[in-house]
Amino acid sequence: MNIKLKRKVENYIFLGLSFLSAGFGLFFLFWILGDLLLNGFKYINIDLFTKDPVPPGMEGGGLKHAFIGHIIITVLGTVIGTPIGILAGIYFAEYGRNSKIAKIGRNVVDVMVSNPSIVIGAVVYAILVKPVGHFMGFAGGVALALLMIPVIVITTDEMMKLVPQQTREAAYALGAQPWQVSFHIVLKAAKVGVLTGVILGVARISGETAPLLFTSFNNNFTTFDPTKPMASLTVTVFQYAMGPYDDWHRQAWAASFILTFGVLLASITARYIIQRKKY
Amino acid sequence: MSSSRMEVKNLNFYYAGNKLALKNITLPVYDKKVTALIGPSGCGKTTLLRCFNRMHDLYPGNRYEGEILLDGKNILDKDVDLMELRTKVGMVFQKPTPFPMSIFDNIAYGLKLQGIKNKTELKDRVEEALKNAALWEEVKDRLNQSAFSLSGGQQQRLCIARTIAVKPEVVLFDEPTSALDPISTSKIEELIVELKKDHTIVIVTHNMQQAARVSDYTAFMYLGELIEFDSTDVIFTKPNKKLTEDYISGRFG
Repeated sequence: MNIKLKRKVENYIFLGLSFLSAGFGLFFLFWILGDLLLNGFKYINIDLFTKDPVPPGMEGGGLKHAFIGHIIITVLGTVIGTPIGILAGIYFAEYGRNSKIAKIGRNVVDVMVSNPSIVIGAVVYAILVKPVGHFMGFAGGVALALLMIPVIVITTDEMMKLVPQQTREAAYALGAQPWQVSFHIVLKAAKVGVLTGVILGVARISGETAPLLFTSFNNNFTTFDPTKPMASLTVTVFQYAMGPYDDWHRQAWAASFILTFGVLLASITARYIIQRKKY
Repeated sequence: MSSSRMEVKNLNFYYAGNKLALKNITLPVYDKKVTALIGPSGCGKTTLLRCFNRMHDLYPGNRYEGEILLDGKNILDKDVDLMELRTKVGMVFQKPTPFPMSIFDNIAYGLKLQGIKNKTELKDRVEEALKNAALWEEVKDRLNQSAFSLSGGQQQRLCIARTIAVKPEVVLFDEPTSALDPISTSKIEELIVELKKDHTIVIVTHNMQQAARVSDYTAFMYLGELIEFDSTDVIFTKPNKKLTEDYISGRFG
């Protein structure tokens, strides 16, 4: 075979292989989305959002308790996790850039990202649920915050490091203090990337089940009180999907659908807004 | 000869790791004149420039010896307020460094740092600075647009406007045109000549013609030492040192 033809054939083989691999991944992704759409969408009704569950085995009722609980726990996690994550990222990128502590810290954060979420749940159980004596929504929020923090730290750190050093020097040259340089200039320049990190973090925590099992646990009634055990969509889906009743299965499908497409929609919207507001 | 605004006296500068980068520099910086620092790469001209606003303090381990007097006060003293010093000695960098905010906010940033909050005063000062930087006509209708929407040359003039908005006594230029095209470069050069009415200027440049065009005094540096300092005319027409003459005429560097 002449060399030209050989290179052409090689090219087609690798192109074909990478195309197939991409297709393989996307196939399962769309299968899941399609399945959720087919099985979940048709069970969505107004009762799902407005009613609490009925006693097991009876038809009807809804998942109001789980929707409200899920939102409260996710917001708690985001509100606790975002500022801590961004501030820690600023520390790594700006103040501690070359210090030993920052280097060790970065490695710890890298490990934290791949930490099994159930371990985080167990940790929060030990430090918060056990001493207090009962499950509570707040503990779920703390567990989710701990999951979210490393994601935000890493993106904030990376994005702020991309800001040219000369931009910082220009701010110092105008007489700015270090904190003013970090907050007014560098964080602003890295805004889009940092917000993307926050969205990734929210997307990550809003689908978590394991850390909530040990912390917020579950509740069959709607509660707005984060010191009480609190239902969440993920835990409810887990419980309902394992349960013996058809109505539970239908509601679990509907909840899965809403959860998945809700996260998808939220992240698409956020990305769109961020892109438009780019300086 | 006019009076000197700054006075460098027996300055040694060490980078972290005790690397001597400036050796016993003594040099006047004359009031309301343009002083150019020239010399081959690595000769210490930017290092010297960054001593004037203590930029080296941002990085640990750097050390100064000797004195730099500004209005008779040694700015290398430990108790000098760096924020105050840097409002007196402004700096324009090699590449344009617009902040990620609107054109207006870019100029207003330094003013706000000084505690100016009054909206009318801010507006007036921003307009004045943009006019002095010969940028007002081009941006007056788009002050709220992002500074990144400007061309490279406009961005550099924006940075100059930002620097002079806080009314510094001395303005440092670190190769301000090395990233710009010839037309933008000539605009900046005209501006520098214009600015010396109100400011004392020190400029580092690799471009010898530029030094000849804009400066009144020229310092030639080589390997961390000041080889020769004189009026630009003397340096470029009849330098006293052989080394200066060789560099000016392009025999090395």
